[in-house]
Amino acid sequence: MYLADAYTVPTSAGPGTDPGQQAAAPAARVTPRAVARALPRTVLVLGTVSLLTDVSAEMVTAVLPLYLVAELGLSPLGFGLLDGIYNGFSTLVRLVGGHLADRGGRHKAVAAVGYGLSALCKPALLLAHGVASIGVVLAADRTGKGLRTAPRDAMISLASSAETQGRSFGIHRAMDTAGALLGPIIAFFVMRAAVDGFDALFMVSFCIAMTGVAVLLLFAPGRGHTTDAPGRGHATAGADAAGNAASAPVEDAPASRAREEATVSARAAFGLLRRPDLRWLALCALLLGLATVSDSFLYLMLQRDLAMPREWFPLLPVATAGTFLLLAVPFGQAADRFGRWRVFLAGHVGLLVAYGLLLVPVSDAALLAVVLVLHGAFYAATDGVLMADAAVSVPAQLRSSGLALVQTAQGSARFACSLLFGAAWSAWGDRAALASATVALAVCVTLGAVARPLRALGTAASRGATT
Amino acid sequence: MTDRARLVVLFLTVVLLGGVSVGWVRYASERGALRDRQQQDGPPVAAGRVTLAGTGAGSPRQQRLVFRNMLWGPQRDELVSVAASAPSGPRTASDVRCLRFYAAAGTGICLQRLPGTLEERYRAVVLDADLREQRHFPLDGIPTRARVSPSGRMVAWTVFVSGDSYAGTQFSTRASILDTRTWTLQQSLEDYQVIMDGKAYRGADVNFWGVTFADDDHFYATLATRGKTYLVRGDVRARTVTTLRENVECPSLSPDGTRLAFKKRVPEASADAPWREYVLDLRDMRETPLGEHRSVDDQAVWLDNSTLVYALAGDYGSDLWTIPADGTGSPTRLTTAALAPAVIG
Repeated sequence: MYLADAYTVPTSAGPGTDPGQQAAAPAARVTPRAVARALPRTVLVLGTVSLLTDVSAEMVTAVLPLYLVAELGLSPLGFGLLDGIYNGFSTLVRLVGGHLADRGGRHKAVAAVGYGLSALCKPALLLAHGVASIGVVLAADRTGKGLRTAPRDAMISLASSAETQGRSFGIHRAMDTAGALLGPIIAFFVMRAAVDGFDALFMVSFCIAMTGVAVLLLFAPGRGHTTDAPGRGHATAGADAAGNAASAPVEDAPASRAREEATVSARAAFGLLRRPDLRWLALCALLLGLATVSDSFLYLMLQRDLAMPREWFPLLPVATAGTFLLLAVPFGQAADRFGRWRVFLAGHVGLLVAYGLLLVPVSDAALLAVVLVLHGAFYAATDGVLMADAAVSVPAQLRSSGLALVQTAQGSARFACSLLFGAAWSAWGDRAALASATVALAVCVTLGAVARPLRALGTAASRGATT
Repeated sequence: MTDRARLVVLFLTVVLLGGVSVGWVRYASERGALRDRQQQDGPPVAAGRVTLAGTGAGSPRQQRLVFRNMLWGPQRDELVSVAASAPSGPRTASDVRCLRFYAAAGTGICLQRLPGTLEERYRAVVLDADLREQRHFPLDGIPTRARVSPSGRMVAWTVFVSGDSYAGTQFSTRASILDTRTWTLQQSLEDYQVIMDGKAYRGADVNFWGVTFADDDHFYATLATRGKTYLVRGDVRARTVTTLRENVECPSLSPDGTRLAFKKRVPEASADAPWREYVLDLRDMRETPLGEHRSVDDQAVWLDNSTLVYALAGDYGSDLWTIPADGTGSPTRLTTAALAPAVIG
């Protein structure tokens, strides 16, 4: 902890201070090598917040179907129909959240609103008794999630040097996934202690989520000192040097504020897409997202192929999440070392192999294990790594908006893919649908490798060498 | 704020929120214990012999009702039997617990919750006339509807299946049909050929629920696709379902086979309570709204050829209500704290 503390940027630094300026000060005290190893405190803080929030969310997810059907006696078919609308809305909210956070560097405030809103939705579930009101609460919960994602990821990236982006996101995603795995277990114990204790479960979930909000408010860096690690200047330096106004250094507080508000506009946010690096990244993420079959289809196919006992079905996502948890940090570090885009593409190649194995008409337990490990590895190699890669392509002032753009591209592509895949499944059957997805993924991986050539991407190590 | 001060604030927050959590769980668990004590203001419940065999006399005076008891106490969720002539009188409790239940001609179907290791599991148990298990089948989701054909041979049930854990709100239903003579199980009606407007129909989003049997080969059920629901007539041997009519859910065929009670979405109702109970005469396809103006979300049961019984939310989970099937009259409470009735006798 004391090492991380040493990097906290003096609070006297004005808002919008260019990261590059501060880099020299702490680096003078600590050797660059130690800097690279030290964990930014912000990453641990945000990892803890996400862990607690995921415990809270997955506790509710685990019992929600039972609550709606058994306790409220609702006919839940109507919820499925609304899913598409929520997804679209959540995408929009994510862009808005990203943009709001950049205006005046309010990452922490926007993230806190997002986490807080989701936390409040837990007790609100107890007050909602009809399909419509439950729908409103679930929509508010997703709004909170949409709002907080981009500012949080921006804070992680701003707290990390260019050469440790992958590792920071890896640590965060590992903590996040640990929370997702813990949630259902805690839910089980609460439900065992209290028969029909849905109210107790929602209150415990709320308390855990509020603890997360408290950790965020108390320990996350606020406005003006979102950056607490040295060397963070490289995050922008690594981006194209085309001279976007937003990446220009700013000197003192009043002047910089004015300049910042001029540049951090919605137009500037979308203007990010004019930056070739980010444009290609968003495009490639979109392309690859279009060929990523949703998890539920994959699990369904595994279950059918292997004639697995039904009781085991819930363990499939656990296996994926467990692998994700174990590999997130090493893969993040590998991304920093060997190139983020390479690791991102390698993750998709792993997924491609998993699809291929599912198409092979052999079925045994070993195959199942390999497919699940590859699936978890795919998440470890892509989820945080994509954000790490996007982070170095976006100037600090527009970091949150930029990350939101890339997430949105990927998210909407995946949603479109699940619709397309569902249609293909019912029209041609599962094998043919998967075969087409495999071909599409192979094409997209190839295109991704060509469109964003691997050699053009300096690895973080080579970039870091200029320090 | 110094880091020390922040840690103190965090510590206090954790203590406060932890206290609320522990307190609430303890409160809920004590409340659970309270439910195990026999409730005083309801009808008396005593353990005894419950049978699904009728007297064969067919006389209404000897008819009984068997349903899931929802009174708090040790017998909560157990199947209980009452005299049809005194439905709110003393209840005789079996030791069989079910979430949903139905019975006909000495065959019972009981959809149960099993205490699982990490999550709830469910199964369908076929019972003989003495409530002994004949066979059981694992269920894919949360049980909602159960029916037995008039002869007692065919059994059907519907469960809600939730999708993957990341999209907690994505639901579908799955309806299964079991032949208790051959023990062949048709896992999902989605494997049937759908005939809509005379043409074969395929849809990714087809869902079935609420089977009601006409005989051992034919049934009615609800099919949903593209945001609409349809009444379908199904053929077990041909494995086909044919759409008959729109906006019909949870049909229930009258004992004489001439009418279907069903719930219908009505535009003037609120989104929270969208259904009204109707009766469709299969001879002239005319619909009659019933005298119940509350939203009914149940697959009604015919007490006889002129009276329907259905469940509505009550103080102890749900109560049973009756209404004349011809559109006259107003609802009457049959008994409190009861769900999923079957007429025996």
